[in-house]
Amino acid sequence: MEPIMAIVVGLLYAAAIYMMLRRSIVKLVIGLMLLSNAANLLIFTSAGMTRGAPPLIPLGSVLPDGAVADPLPQALILTAIVIAFGVLAFAVVLIHRAYNIIRTDNLDQMKDTDT
Amino acid sequence: MSFEVALPVIIPLLTGTLCVMLWRYNMVQRVLSILGSVALLASSIWLLVSVLREGHVVMYMGNWVAPYGITLVADMLSAIMVVLTGMMAVAIAIFSLSSASPSHERFGYYPLMHLLLAGVAGSFLTGDIFNLYVWFEVMLIASFALLILGGERAQMEGAVKYVTLNLLSSAIFLSAIGLLYGITGTLNMADIAVKLGEAEHTGMVDVIAVMFLIAFGIKAAAFPLFFWLPASYHTGPVAVSALFAGLLTKVGVYALFRVFTLIFNQNPDFTHELLLWVAVGTMLTGVLGAAAQFEFRRILSFHIVSQIGYMILGLALFTPLAIIGGVFYIMHHIIVKTNLFLISGITHRLMGTYDLKRLGGMYKARPILSILFLIPALSLAGIPPLSGFFAKFIIIKAGIELEAWFVTFIALLVGLLTLYSMIKIWGEVFWKKLPKGVDSSALDEGKTSGSLVVLYVPVVLLAACTLFIGLNGQPIYEFAEFSAAQLLNPDGYIDAVLGGNRP
Repeated sequence: MEPIMAIVVGLLYAAAIYMMLRRSIVKLVIGLMLLSNAANLLIFTSAGMTRGAPPLIPLGSVLPDGAVADPLPQALILTAIVIAFGVLAFAVVLIHRAYNIIRTDNLDQMKDTDT
Repeated sequence: MSFEVALPVIIPLLTGTLCVMLWRYNMVQRVLSILGSVALLASSIWLLVSVLREGHVVMYMGNWVAPYGITLVADMLSAIMVVLTGMMAVAIAIFSLSSASPSHERFGYYPLMHLLLAGVAGSFLTGDIFNLYVWFEVMLIASFALLILGGERAQMEGAVKYVTLNLLSSAIFLSAIGLLYGITGTLNMADIAVKLGEAEHTGMVDVIAVMFLIAFGIKAAAFPLFFWLPASYHTGPVAVSALFAGLLTKVGVYALFRVFTLIFNQNPDFTHELLLWVAVGTMLTGVLGAAAQFEFRRILSFHIVSQIGYMILGLALFTPLAIIGGVFYIMHHIIVKTNLFLISGITHRLMGTYDLKRLGGMYKARPILSILFLIPALSLAGIPPLSGFFAKFIIIKAGIELEAWFVTFIALLVGLLTLYSMIKIWGEVFWKKLPKGVDSSALDEGKTSGSLVVLYVPVVLLAACTLFIGLNGQPIYEFAEFSAAQLLNPDGYIDAVLGGNRP
């Protein structure tokens, strides 16, 4: 499973960077979304994938039976998803406002502050 | 239970929340903002005193003992940074009384400012690498909203770049945390340091170190990923620019100091060599970029970049003296840079522009303001006896002791070019005659205006701090020395955090 996930993560990063390098500001935001998903999947994969062993402790004992999946990466991903959701919501509103004010979605024409 | 570690995070969060609840009452929000900032400064000084007494102050959130729960840790570096955060909070809160326009206040200026301060203080105090990411995001989302208050075209353009580069940096940071967790199976920074120290050093650790370097390098505006800073910092309201200039990039620098002394200290031949060249590139590009600019705040923004180079240079040389220099530089720089931005705000209030070509005659009309500008400007360039001289002196001395001639030469050259930029501002804004055709009526009218006096208060206070560090540097040097000793001996930090749980 890990090799497939690794390839998926790599493809997502590649797609994200490609989208961020496009001139359109909408594609930039799509790139950011893909990037945060890629990072989440990377955490999921690199922390090790265990199948069919939820980290549950049977009634009456203090330790789980045998090896179980690590619940912490999932907690991390959940936190990261919530944060990414908030930040991306802001980014979407920002590009909407930016488009209304600047009247273009071409990043090449947003150079007034660079000179 | 060391409650003082949590207070610098709780106080601004509480202030921000109260400001949100009193959304319609601008006057109450102003008072709350001042009170909250003063309380933050007081609690941070309490923390500093505790750290001076005990060395490390640790608090386990919810009593989950490390390495399982989230730990708040204050060592000397954290305590110094939090005290500076408190000082800047007070300065900006006073300045905002007069500079924040009603439209900014209506859209949540004060709640956002305190949320930002909570994020900054949280980043300085957390001992958990994932929690550091969360505080970074708290800080970022508040800074995004502050930057676009007002909604002008330039702000939108600046914000698009700022948001994109910072989100990219966050994604790299998050990926690096994931990989680090894959290797060590823990998130507590002290525990990570122990696990990495025990494990065999592999190329993977270097890869993760470089990912952290890139992520924090973007936040700190280090070469070659600094472009977002001069494109965005000069677009926001001036009090916001000053707050960002003082604190935000320094959070990135702090994070670099933390991970490259505590976690990634096994292979300094590679990581710190890389940091050294980053530092050289940062110093040079920043100062050369500033030389080409003719907008007050853009010159200052480029100088943030070049000064960040000195701090990273202190870390990269990695000797006790160099780290002392780096910490001293951070202390000096936060105060001076915020002050310069506030002064640019006052000239903007008087003349209505930041364009050097349309400014002039300020020395004749406002001699006191001119002197107040000279203090931080000459300090930034490193003229004795001001604070910047000692900061540069320590770092350059460390470079000479290591016989790193090239970087020492660059550091001296950049100091000289900084002086050139500061003289350019002095000549254009203060010394030359007012250009023909520029309306100077505001300059004459505002002489007795009460709101202007409020703007001067933080500038005078910060200039006094610069003079104090310059004329009485010994206690400040001892703070830096204490913090460098802790940074170069991470065992103290690890023991303090892990306590009896250390394997």
